[in-house]
Formats: sequence, C-alpha cells, structure tokens
Amino acid sequence: MGRATSKDAQALIHSLRSAYAATPSSLKIIDLYVGFAVFSAIIQVVYMAIVGSFPFNSFLSGVLSCIGTAVLAVCLRIQVNKENKEFKDLPSEHAFADFVLCNLVLHLVIMNFLG
Amino acid sequence: MARSLEGFLVLIVAALIYSSAVASVFQPISDSHRSVALELFTPLEGSFSSLAETYEALRTFEVLGIDKKTDINTAACQSVLETLGSSSSALKDLFYALKVNGILKCEIKKDVFEGVTSRLQATVSSAGALLDFYYSVGGLVIIKDQTSKDDLYLADAEGVFGSIKALSQSDGRWRYNSNNPESSTFAAGLALEALAAVVSLSSSEIDQSLIGATKNDILKLFDSIEKYDDGAFYFDEKLVDAHEHQGPLSTTSSVVRGLTVFAAVTSGSLNLPSAKILGLARFLLGIGIPGDAKDLFNQVDSLASLESNSVSIPLILLLPATVLSLTKKDSVKVKVNTVLGSNAPPLTVKLVGVFRSGSKDTSLVEGQELKFNPESAVYALDALPKSVDVGKYTFVFEMVLHDPDHSYLYATGGQTQIPIFVTGLVKVDSAEIAVLDSDLGSTETKKIDLTGENTVSLSANHLQKLRLSFQLSTSLGHAFKPHQAILKLTHESKVEHSFVVGSSGKHFEINLDFLGLVEKFFYLSGKYNVQLTVGDAVMENSFLKAIGHLDLDLPEPPEKAAQPPPQLLDQKLRYGPKAEITHIFRVPEKLPPKELSHAFLGLTLLPLLGFLIGLLHLGVNLKNFPSSSVPAMFAVLFHLGIAAVLLLYALFWLKWDLFTTLKALGFLGAFLMFVGHRILSHLASISSKLKSA
Repeated sequence: MGRATSKDAQALIHSLRSAYAATPSSLKIIDLYVGFAVFSAIIQVVYMAIVGSFPFNSFLSGVLSCIGTAVLAVCLRIQVNKENKEFKDLPSEHAFADFVLCNLVLHLVIMNFLG
Repeated sequence: MARSLEGFLVLIVAALIYSSAVASVFQPISDSHRSVALELFTPLEGSFSSLAETYEALRTFEVLGIDKKTDINTAACQSVLETLGSSSSALKDLFYALKVNGILKCEIKKDVFEGVTSRLQATVSSAGALLDFYYSVGGLVIIKDQTSKDDLYLADAEGVFGSIKALSQSDGRWRYNSNNPESSTFAAGLALEALAAVVSLSSSEIDQSLIGATKNDILKLFDSIEKYDDGAFYFDEKLVDAHEHQGPLSTTSSVVRGLTVFAAVTSGSLNLPSAKILGLARFLLGIGIPGDAKDLFNQVDSLASLESNSVSIPLILLLPATVLSLTKKDSVKVKVNTVLGSNAPPLTVKLVGVFRSGSKDTSLVEGQELKFNPESAVYALDALPKSVDVGKYTFVFEMVLHDPDHSYLYATGGQTQIPIFVTGLVKVDSAEIAVLDSDLGSTETKKIDLTGENTVSLSANHLQKLRLSFQLSTSLGHAFKPHQAILKLTHESKVEHSFVVGSSGKHFEINLDFLGLVEKFFYLSGKYNVQLTVGDAVMENSFLKAIGHLDLDLPEPPEKAAQPPPQLLDQKLRYGPKAEITHIFRVPEKLPPKELSHAFLGLTLLPLLGFLIGLLHLGVNLKNFPSSSVPAMFAVLFHLGIAAVLLLYALFWLKWDLFTTLKALGFLGAFLMFVGHRILSHLASISSKLKSA
C-alpha cells in the first residue's frame, strides 16, 4: 500500500508538471511573481519569530504588502486566464491596469503604516 | 492770639488732608554721619582718583565739621596746582580744582588765576552746551570770591543768561544742549546754579523779565515733584538715560543746590510752598545714613544748602525717645533743630492730640503746650497725660513760631505725627486651672500663682476637660489684649501642641476638650508639661511660665491612627541634607544584534533574485514592445511613471509626510493614468486586431 501511494504521488506530480508546462508563459510569470511575494513574507515571519515583534507595525506592513500583492497577482491571473469563461470579455490590459492601480494604492498605505 | 488760632484752624484742615499719612521719624545729622563719612571717604594711597571725588570728600568733611587731614590736603593741593597750572586741563577738572581750592585755600599765584580766568572767559563766549556753561561760569564765580576781584565780570552777561535760558523746556526741565531733545531735572539744577553764577558775574542788573521767567521755570519744576506718604517730597528723572541714570537723591540734591543758590542772588521771594521745602528736607533726612560716598556727599551738601537758605529753612521736630515707660514715669521730650542740628528760632511746641494707633477717634488729651528748657534746648511735658495707658499711640505735635516774620523764613510743616510706644506693667491675677468632668463639674480646681515658682500637677482622662483662666488688666484698670497668649502642652516624647487662649474683655479662658483632641494628640498617654506664654511689645512683664504637669490618660490608638511626626533629637538635623533621589528612566527596547538584522536583509533580497532568474528561465522578452515612435514614447513614459511613483513612496518613507506625498501623488497619478490609458488602449487595439485577423 505504501509503495502504491508513493508511486501514485510520483505519478500525480509528474502529471501536474506536464500540465503546468502547457500553461501560457504570461500566466507562468504571474505564478512566479506570486511565489516571490509569498517567499518574502515567509522570510519576514521567520525573522520576527527570531527577534520578536518589537516594531509590530513594521512587521505587519511588510508581511501584508507581500500578501496583498500576491492576492492582487492572483486576481490578475484569474482575469487574464483565457480558459476562464467569466472574464472572457474583459481585455487583459484592463485587468493589468487594475492590477497596477491597486498595487500602487496598497503600497501607499503600506508605506504610511511602515513608520 | 487770633493769628495763631486761625493758623491752628488752617493746620487742622491740613492735618485732615494728611490724616492717612504714615508717621516717620526724621533725625538730623549726627555723629554717626561723621563716622560713616570718615569710612567712606578714605582715599587710596593718600589721594583720590579725581578732583571731583576730592571735592566731594572735602565738602562733606567741611559740612560735617570733621577736621581735615593734612596728608589728604597736601595731596589735594598738589593736584590742584597741577591742574590749574596746565593749559591743557579739561574744563571739568578746572572747575573741580577751583572748588577744592575754595575749601582748602592752597597757595596759588596770581598769574595762574589770570590764566585760568582768561581761559574760562573764552569758553563762556564760545560755549553751547549746558555743562560747558556750568563749569566755566561756575569757575569764574569761585575765582571772583577767592581772589576778591571785584572787577571780574562777564562780557555779555545777559547774552549768556539768555543762552542758558534758551535750553529750558516748558515743564521747567532743562536740556543738556540744543541737539539733544531729552530734558532732565538734574540738568535743571545745574542750569539754576549756572544762572545764579551769571547774575553774580554781571556788571549791571540782568533784565527782570529774564529773572521772572526763570522763577516761573522753578515753579513749573516744582509741579513735577513727587511725594511719599510720610510727607517726603523729592524729584526724580522720568526717563532712564543711556549713560548715568540720576536717581532721586542726586536729582533732588541738584535741584536743591540750584534753587538755594539762585534764590540767594535774586531779590524777591519765589512763592514756593514751605511744605514742599520741608518735604525735601524730610526726604534727604529720611535716607538715614547712605552707604555710598556720592550719596552721602549729595545728602550732606544739599542739607547744608537748606540749612540757611533764603527760600525757607526747614525745622525738624524729633523725639530722642519714642518708647516711654509708665513704670519709670517717663515724660515726653521733644527737640526742634535745623537739618544740620543747629538750634531753631524761638518757638512753642504744642501737643495737639494723642491718638491710638490705627484709629482716628477723638484725641485722648486736650491740646497742651510743652515747657521749654533753655539749657538743654528740650521741650518737655511734665508727665504723660493721665488717660494714656499702655499701647501704641500717635502723638501729634505742632510748632508755633514766636516771631510772626519768621513764618516766611522757616518751614514748620504744620502738624508732625510721631509714633510712640507706651509700655507698662500688666497685672495678671485670678489664674486658675481645673480639670472638669463633662457634666459633674470640676473635680479639681487649683489656683496658680503665675509669678511664683510653684507648679501644680493634675491628672485627667480623655472624657474630661482642662480649663485655664486668668485676668489681665493694665495699671489704669483697662482690659489688655496681648499679642501672644498661648498654652502649650508637651508630651514626654517631645511632641508639642499649642493653643491660643481666647479672651473677652479682661477675662482670658481656654477649655481643652480631650475627647475631641484625642486624635490630635496622636493617642499618646502620659505626662504632659503645661506651659503658658503671655507677651506683647508694650508689656514690660511678659512671661513664659511652666505651670506644671498633667497626667493624661488617652485610649489605645486604633490600627490606622496617624503617627506623631518624628521628633528630631538635634535641631540641626532638621536642616541637614535629605536622601538623594535616584531617577528611573525608561529602559530602551532590546534590539536584535546588527549582524542578524543585516543577514536577514540580505535574505529578503533572495526571493527577488529568484524571481529575476525565474523570469530569464521562462524566456521573457520585450518583443511586444511597440516599435513605432509615439506608442513607444508612451510605453517608456508609462514605465517611468510607475518608477516615479515608487520613488515617491521611498521619499515618503524617508522624509515626507502624508500631505506632501498625496499632493505629489495626485499629479503623478493623473499623468500615469493618462499615459497608461494611451499605451494600454494601444496594446488592446493591437491584440484585438490580431484576434479578429
């Protein structure tokens, strides 16, 4: 049973990888960006875990900026994905403009909260 | 008789006007002035630093009658000879040298005087400033007196008079020169002296209108006189000058000098009220003994001017003793002198009234005359009036001159008020102390002898009361309220409690209810010393008597009772240093070590690197970048705009505040919107064309 599950897991991963290779490169860029953001957030959390949360507002703004931008990138990915029937009529440039605008507002708030 | 009666009535009215005045005592010049003068005017190394100071010292000694010291005199004469002989001496030095010579009468040769005279005459004709006139004309007058040169005259005396007069102001003050608009009362005094000197130096009569105008100036100057409540009048400068500010003493003495000198050389009276002249004398005497050499000189010199002046000579009434004892049967003695202490003209001193201090009720005595003793020059009453008891009084005296013409020459000032203390023995009797029960009456009443040495001992508990009573009466039988009537209880542990003994009329009584005082006494039971203090300034037999002991039984203190204050063993420890206070500051936050922070900073940049490497791996390219110029420009501007906004955020974090940021962001945002719209719509149109195609 164990061997079967590990073989299944391997097969699952393999199929995922091949399916992923088929995604358009613009979506891959967005995925990479999300990964970068999340990774930054994780590093900040680890730092806080080590040294304590003294300027708590700084920690919050750092982490929330990463998480926020990741969320906005995910929204962009949803809207740009051609396979998504809901957003068929929305031009991707429109979605991109929304992404840029929301990011700028998010970062203004983050900078104010950074202290 | 009628004259003195109506004068008396006028003076009553004057007294009513001055009724709120505070009485003061003005002493004429005495030996203490002489000793202080010798102390203050001690020159360094045998000679003074300037001729002006030498003159001040010598004039003070002359007025006070101190014998001149030969070493000062020789040094001074030396200095005088040098100054007068040199042709380059300053005008001020020449003036003071001549003044010093006037006192010392050094041996000066005639040709020296001739040289100085010609120099001063030249200065007079070319002078413009007040001080130049003052020194030159003043010097010439001194030379005229000393060498008794009757033919020394000013060339154009009326012209000089007019030039000095031209510097006067409409309020009676004088300017120092025609350029300076500031006028000063001190300068007025100098100007009057200078004008008097001009009058003595003129060969013919000066025009009476000029003299009359100067007299008017003096009257106007006296309008600006100021006064204190005790009847002293003085002059003061209104504005504070940049260089020396002349205080009230030097200003007043300058005016007094100028006034008396001018009145001496002009005929006719000045019509100045004698009360003001007396007030000036009171001001000068009221200073007492000044501690400064220049102040002493000013005081003494102006008093000498007032001593025998032709305006009005002030007469000072004073009592050598202002504390009179009833037991010793002291009597009221009064002396009347001039300001420098010489005898007064024949006059009568009347005691107009005696009033209790603080109340202006009717006088306690009728008006009486004091008897004059010619040998000791003292006016005395035989005995104190009978109705005068112990206490503080104000005696009101009045001087009446025998010769009616003298009233124009002397200033007596109407009524003079002198505060007098009358002391005497106060009888203390019927002193009793008792311990009372609340309803049963006294358990033990003991008589105390407050004059003897016996002590009583009592005992009480907290339910009882202590009563102390006694009677005070003066020798005339009136009630007497002393300044202090205090009962003090002291515990064995040195804790003290004081109570004021209340009174009604002659009877003094205090009731201590221990039930209410238990907390105040800190629940301390035990032996208490009882002490009574009765005292006053006019009571000759004030006493502090230890009456005896009281054994007081108080209940046990509850848990939260106040503790008695710690009694210091040594009184000196009360003022010793206190414990030092250490301040606790907020401990700063613990920050992580710098290396750790830097390491994580580097670590945070890792994902960015990973992102860029990943992008390269994916094969990103700029193929979709528009090639034609206009869209390319917009594309570039779009990216630059985003970069600019990010830079704006960085600046916001570093130094700007939200409002400046928002302002800048508004502009940049609008620009970015416009550019972004253009490029993105361009890209959208391209991709839709591709789709449709």
